Amino acid sequence: MQVLINGETDTLEDGSSLADLVNRLDIQGKIAVEINGEIVPRSRFATHLLQEGDRIEIVRAIGGGSGAGCLLKSE
Amino acid sequence: MTETSPQDILIIDGRPYTSRLLVGTGKYRDLDETRRAIEASGAQIVTVAIRRTNIGQDRDEPSLLDYIPPDKYTILPNTAGCYDADTAVRTCRLARELLDGHNLVKLEVLGDEKTLYPDIPATLEAAQQLIDDDFRVMVYTTDDPVMARRFEDMGCVAVMPLAAPIGSGLGIRNPYNIRTIVENAHVPILVDAGVGTASDAAIAMELGCDGVLMNTAIAQAKNPVLMASAMKKGIEAGREAFLAGRMPRRAYASASSPIDGTFFS
Repeated sequence: MQVLINGETDTLEDGSSLADLVNRLDIQGKIAVEINGEIVPRSRFATHLLQEGDRIEIVRAIGGGSGAGCLLKSE
Repeated sequence: MTETSPQDILIIDGRPYTSRLLVGTGKYRDLDETRRAIEASGAQIVTVAIRRTNIGQDRDEPSLLDYIPPDKYTILPNTAGCYDADTAVRTCRLARELLDGHNLVKLEVLGDEKTLYPDIPATLEAAQQLIDDDFRVMVYTTDDPVMARRFEDMGCVAVMPLAAPIGSGLGIRNPYNIRTIVENAHVPILVDAGVGTASDAAIAMELGCDGVLMNTAIAQAKNPVLMASAMKKGIEAGREAFLAGRMPRRAYASASSPIDGTFFS
């Protein structure tokens, strides 16, 4: 199935969970995930099954003050 | 602080802070410089931005939160760079998840890339949505006393008027408005944006502001760690001067030595 991860198209195995995706991407450190505009809590990563066409945002904290380009484009 | 005010504590959303300087974490050379500057500033509240993870690129990149640990600092997620209410609200929700339920946020919704001035109608909309969703909102706004009051009335826990455009370093452009905002307020008023050097920070505090949030003025100084230390002192000096109460301005001189008893009369 095709999904959109941080604005990039990716192909995943059918039946993949969010935990499978995070492991596959080998993401270290603290993250938060939004799928189709809704937050998915870390406690539900393992049970949350991804669907064809999901729009997935994976974010982290970085250095920042005010101004400067936003990350999440409004849809 | 001296014996004049040993208990001069800033309270934001019920939490006490001894430092009145809040700092951003952007524009530094690296995370080590970020950490050293924040330590020198004495800041206890530190803003962070929320951004997409660079998939496959930051495998071994150190994390900001390792350098400014949330058990040592109050981490203040900032909706920096958001240009509409919906994006700002989503950013805050992601931040709350990222920081394990921490619900204090700095809201800014920008209206224009050239000035980075806030879009006030969009900021009002986002603030209301966030307050309804149990966030504690510190709001970036213009130096308009009517808007500052409006944000306070709707339940924002701190109001943060700009002193000058973000990153401009122009200093306090409208001290009379800042003073009016302070006089009207029942929540902390923090100058956010526009400070260029330590005297600007002192002026903000002399006007009665409860604190100042800055980033560029420290990060873009030639020596950021030294400027962080200067800002700490500027904030403290301005605060003490405000509490001490300055002498009135006079149009003419007033001798500071006694006139009586001079031998040359």
